[in-house]
Amino acid sequence: MTIADRWLLPDGMEEILPPKARQMEALRRRLLDLFHAWGYDMVMPPPVEFLESLLTGAGHDLELQTFKVTDQLSGRTMGVSADVTPQVARMDAHSVPRSGAARFCYCHPVLRTRADNSMGSRAPVQIGAELFGHAGVASDLEILNLMVSTLQQSGADELYLDLGHVGLYRGLVDAAGLSTEQEQQLFDAIQHKRFADIAPCVTGVESAVVREMLMALPHLSGGVEVLEQARQVLAAAPAGVREALSELTEVAHALQRCHPEITLYLDLSELRGYHYHTGMVFAAYVPGLGQALAKGGRYDEIGSVFGRARPATGFSTDLKLLAELNGYQPSMPGILAPVEALTDPDCAQEVARLRAMGERVMIALPEYRVETHQFETHRVESGQGAHQAPTYDRRLLKVEDQWQVVSAGQSTDSFSD
Amino acid sequence: MSENNVIKTSTQDTLTLALSKGRILKETLPLLAAAGIEPAEDISKSRKLVFDTNLPNVRLLVIRATDVPTYVELGAADLGVAGKDVLMEHGDEGLYEPLDLEIAHCRLMTAGIKGAAIPQGRRRVATKFIDTAKRWYAERGIQVDLIKLYGGMELAPIMGLADEIVDIVDTGNTLRANGLEPREWMADISTRLVVNKAAMKMKHVRIQPLLEQMREAVVRKRTTAA
Repeated sequence: MTIADRWLLPDGMEEILPPKARQMEALRRRLLDLFHAWGYDMVMPPPVEFLESLLTGAGHDLELQTFKVTDQLSGRTMGVSADVTPQVARMDAHSVPRSGAARFCYCHPVLRTRADNSMGSRAPVQIGAELFGHAGVASDLEILNLMVSTLQQSGADELYLDLGHVGLYRGLVDAAGLSTEQEQQLFDAIQHKRFADIAPCVTGVESAVVREMLMALPHLSGGVEVLEQARQVLAAAPAGVREALSELTEVAHALQRCHPEITLYLDLSELRGYHYHTGMVFAAYVPGLGQALAKGGRYDEIGSVFGRARPATGFSTDLKLLAELNGYQPSMPGILAPVEALTDPDCAQEVARLRAMGERVMIALPEYRVETHQFETHRVESGQGAHQAPTYDRRLLKVEDQWQVVSAGQSTDSFSD
Repeated sequence: MSENNVIKTSTQDTLTLALSKGRILKETLPLLAAAGIEPAEDISKSRKLVFDTNLPNVRLLVIRATDVPTYVELGAADLGVAGKDVLMEHGDEGLYEPLDLEIAHCRLMTAGIKGAAIPQGRRRVATKFIDTAKRWYAERGIQVDLIKLYGGMELAPIMGLADEIVDIVDTGNTLRANGLEPREWMADISTRLVVNKAAMKMKHVRIQPLLEQMREAVVRKRTTAA
């Protein structure tokens, strides 16, 4: 074993160092307070569960993403949580069976066998909120508004929201009467916007009207004007499809009114999480990030496997990604106290008083050579590269028998250690 | 974005196109010109990798075909031009594939020594399309051992390194010249325009018209050729 083998980390598993760790924690607290203020109750799911409860409804992708271990007590297979949402759904269905609306939030590290994209983390810190027990535009809007607030509080100034509704595609495909294989091909073509491949997939559709609509659906994307276009194109669609469109329209218009600062993008054939979602789907993007920053949507069926199907909608994001939005914020420099703080009650009391006021007070340990004007420094990562920042800019000194805080620059000769 | 696992993407007001160099590039440039995008200098006479164009805020990257989907998936380029063979091998996560440019047509095929019997049991297959070959043989229930090679596939069966190869076949002349024959058709290949998903959503105002103009150029070319 070489020395490098002892400190190398596995792919996609990163450690969070100062000052980022502190920034991430500050953001976590701020967001959990935000969720609390919106009436969301915090839950802490276990890090591992039996596989059956983790993989409900979410399908094959999540199964591949889940690390598995054998439980030596029961002989059953346990999975390390790769997505908190099914765990929260289990709690709503089984552990906290409330009637009416139930609001839950969480911030929980998860593990994934493979990252979402080739450069992604395999150990994201998932933070999000779920709203159970209400079906309809109001709960979707509440979650969307909360997601927007979350991202804005995290420093996302320029937000792009991608809105879709899986009910549009589902309604049309149900009416089309395609075989499973044909439907899979059509799904693939639409999901990747392979426009040229769509026509051959729908030749088997008997109804010409449905065929036309299936061919038109993938082209319905763009700004809010797409909704009006869709209303005309889908005028003859099954009731479920028209209902989905009117839900989508209502949500888009409400967002436009309440959040004019956000750019909306409507994608009527967005099929992300199709096997899991049952209504609105949405994702937030920010310039400079080649992937979605936060994702969410409606998933009404998930609770049924736990014996209580409840309408549900929610969103989640990765705290590690969010913490990047702020860029680097230097932490406040602290105060350097002499080693007497450990032995002299007066000094100790003064240090305690300063700390209670929120100051950061470090004790200068004896072998800690401090030269006048030369601050102890540490490397700080910033957007532009490493630079030096002082950890303290003041000192606690005894001046005329009084412990006083003085600027480190004007430190006096009375200080020696 | 300072974290090293976050890719610096093409900034909001620029469009970055990643082009596959070589033969595909020659056939791509006329289509781009039809969409109003022309490189500011002759790409074939330069060793640069990044080219400005006649349009402000539109850049071209000229890179290896196999790198194009990586640049686009991670958002370092907004759009890309790459062969379907490369896209199939890379996997299509994170990419939209809205347009078939209908250039650089060929086929992905298996091939072997002319007249040689297919061995019983495990087959040794040499290819640069490891994932594509693995999927294709698995779908047919054929057990194979895959050998990754980077070029000159035809040599592998001749030297007894492999029983079969999986490769791009255009006219089949290279196969015949080396005493090989094409066996099974796997897929028709042509060059595709791919778009980063996030770019499609954030820059659709610029990308949609570009797609439309290129689609028209492809149709024009098809009808004049016919």
